[in-house]
Amino acid sequence: MATDTVAHKTVAAPVYHDTVIRQFSVMTVVWGIVGMLVGVIIASQLMFPALNFDVPFLTYSRLRPLHTNAVIFAFGGCALFATSYWVVQRTSHTGLFLPKLASFTFWGWQAVIVAAAITLPLGITQSKEYAELEWPIDILIAVVWVSYAIVFFGTIAKRKVSHIYVANWFYGAYIIAIAVLHIVNSLAIPVSLTKSYPIYSGAVDAMVQWWYGHNAVGFFLTAGFLGMMYYFVPKQAGRPIYSYRLSVVHFWALISIYMWAGPHHLHYTALPDWVQSIGMAFSLILLAPSWGGMINGIMTLSGAWHKLRDDPILKFMIVSLSFYGMSTFEGPMMSIKTVNALSHYTDWTIGHVHSGALGWVAMISIGSIYVLVPRLWNRPKMYSIPAINLHFWLSTIGTVLYITAMWIAGVMQGLMWRAVEDDGTLTYTFIESLKATYPYYGVRLLGGLTFLSGMLIMAWNVYKTISTPGAEPVRASSKGALA
Amino acid sequence: MSTFWSLFIIVISVGSMLGSLWLLFSNARGKMSTEDTGHVWDDDLRENNNPLPRWWLNLFVLTVIFAAIYLAFYPGLGNFAGTLGWTSNKQLAERLQVVEAKREALFSQFRDQDPGALSKNAAALSLGRDVFLNNCAGCHGADAKGAVGFPNLTDHDWLYGGTPETIVATITNGRNGMMPALGPSMDKATLDAVVQTVAHWNDPKLDPAIREKGMAQFNITCMACHGPTGTGNPILGAPNLTDNIWLYGGSTDRIRETLMKGRQGKMPPHQPLLSADEIKVVAAYVYSLSQN
Repeated sequence: MATDTVAHKTVAAPVYHDTVIRQFSVMTVVWGIVGMLVGVIIASQLMFPALNFDVPFLTYSRLRPLHTNAVIFAFGGCALFATSYWVVQRTSHTGLFLPKLASFTFWGWQAVIVAAAITLPLGITQSKEYAELEWPIDILIAVVWVSYAIVFFGTIAKRKVSHIYVANWFYGAYIIAIAVLHIVNSLAIPVSLTKSYPIYSGAVDAMVQWWYGHNAVGFFLTAGFLGMMYYFVPKQAGRPIYSYRLSVVHFWALISIYMWAGPHHLHYTALPDWVQSIGMAFSLILLAPSWGGMINGIMTLSGAWHKLRDDPILKFMIVSLSFYGMSTFEGPMMSIKTVNALSHYTDWTIGHVHSGALGWVAMISIGSIYVLVPRLWNRPKMYSIPAINLHFWLSTIGTVLYITAMWIAGVMQGLMWRAVEDDGTLTYTFIESLKATYPYYGVRLLGGLTFLSGMLIMAWNVYKTISTPGAEPVRASSKGALA
Repeated sequence: MSTFWSLFIIVISVGSMLGSLWLLFSNARGKMSTEDTGHVWDDDLRENNNPLPRWWLNLFVLTVIFAAIYLAFYPGLGNFAGTLGWTSNKQLAERLQVVEAKREALFSQFRDQDPGALSKNAAALSLGRDVFLNNCAGCHGADAKGAVGFPNLTDHDWLYGGTPETIVATITNGRNGMMPALGPSMDKATLDAVVQTVAHWNDPKLDPAIREKGMAQFNITCMACHGPTGTGNPILGAPNLTDNIWLYGGSTDRIRETLMKGRQGKMPPHQPLLSADEIKVVAAYVYSLSQN
């Protein structure tokens, strides 16, 4: 257990600001449980509609945006804040720029989440998917985000090493792009404190929304978490990054091509044909740049395969990279118009999203948080390694149950909806497709419950790690093996 | 779109594709050292510099080639419509033609027969049922037994007549049933007498004095449409009041409501919605429902 190398250095160790990281790490677990619990509730409501108890703020329509906002922006957002603040300090060999502003980003972001958790169940919404929050909250998000950018890029600017580590390119791209996307898509004219109208209308509004929506996937859920991957995978594997060259190529290709892919969310709509074609063509080109990150991650692990036997954190990472590769293959395929004609509006899309959200985003975040927690609280390792292993299996099985159920359900729905009799009438009514989907909703609920139960084990493990003093005090260094 | 925006789109989209290729090849050539780059971060973070995996490079190039070919064939590059001349509207029209051809083949086989004959043809009835479920069941119910205000089509009682030809006319042109609000012009005792008389038309236990008072008023305000014997008039769609079938309910409360407020029955014309062929088979189906 190598814990201390700083004594060999001639320069004093930089002072790192870790309080804000500790706060974001704990809230990652808390919001993960909250967001996934709401997901389990709405999955249950799809099976048993009476579970909304006829209470307006418990209806599916209001809880669904709460679920997506909670898992993406609360759980995923806190994980990105925590890891980016850790990574940017450790790889710049300097403390955070304006640590008080960093502290503001924590409290500001929590205020955004709480405001979302209050307004969405009340039905206060802009009705733009993944951008539902009303204008006062949007302004707070913009302020927090710009502060985040100042802290992050300020820290990069005062770095003590000449090269900027690859993880920081991805974090940097994600921070800049989300600022642009959020501000442009949320431009609206307020009519009251709780109501506003977008400045765009018609097909332009739809296109701006999905330019935002798809790039939120691209920059928040892909680039941000690739930043996480590029630090925690080599760190945990104790191996160098496979290819600097590959990271350069796939970084620039990813961020330039992603911007084009939004129109594939609007195939066969009022969007002009040429925009749909461009969206599809660039979505296909996106396959290789997306896979570049997977290759770099998996090849970094290669040579350390034996570590997978007794390090469940590495298992989280390799499986997350596998799901990343799978969903970034599935995405371009679903953007092909003929495939999209079958998959669009079905549960296949839900399965695709969760293959990315559970398999990639959640699992890489969970792995990274397991690396961070002992280091943040000066513990030699997590309280229980077998519990991490159990969490790993619950997450993997939960994800597989979820996405296979939704694949089958989605393809079946697509085929039923398009079946037409010779007289031009539909073969099936909508309710028949719903009845056929019912068993798969059950499997999906089981998958979601399984994944959520893993998160509860994580909460227990994190709590025990923090509350149990370590056998030997360990310096707050990023260096050190885990198990 | 204007030439400027068209060029703008072409330049940035083709530029992005060429830029990707340049990025690829400029990093695929040159010194292929797999050595560590020499950079170290955070004590032990290092980078190797392995060459781009060949299969990945090929995959990337293939997708760019596919996109280039696709954008040559299909609309995408600004105002350039693509060499195939494809548009989604054309695709829709072509698909509709296929559907129309199938429908033509299906319906044309019944074109020479009248709906009465078709009501004994199982294939025509099956087709008619599909048309019914997609167009009629919303009001008349999937079992065609109707609801309050929407006639039951399976009994033998017809407001406008039940021959196959009349049913075709009803579906084609629609019907407007109009019961005027006649009650408000009557005094309370007279209204009560009319309500009791209509509700108990064949009931010998009704007080003859009430029946007499009711019929006196009936002959003034109701007979013109419902006829002197109360059996209705299919030309006007005036219901038979002497049977036990009630479109809006036969209780004294419902009859009073009908008299006080009137009733508006509307069967919409289906001529623009359904073809003559469809109307014929659905009329045959509806006719068959009361023929057993």
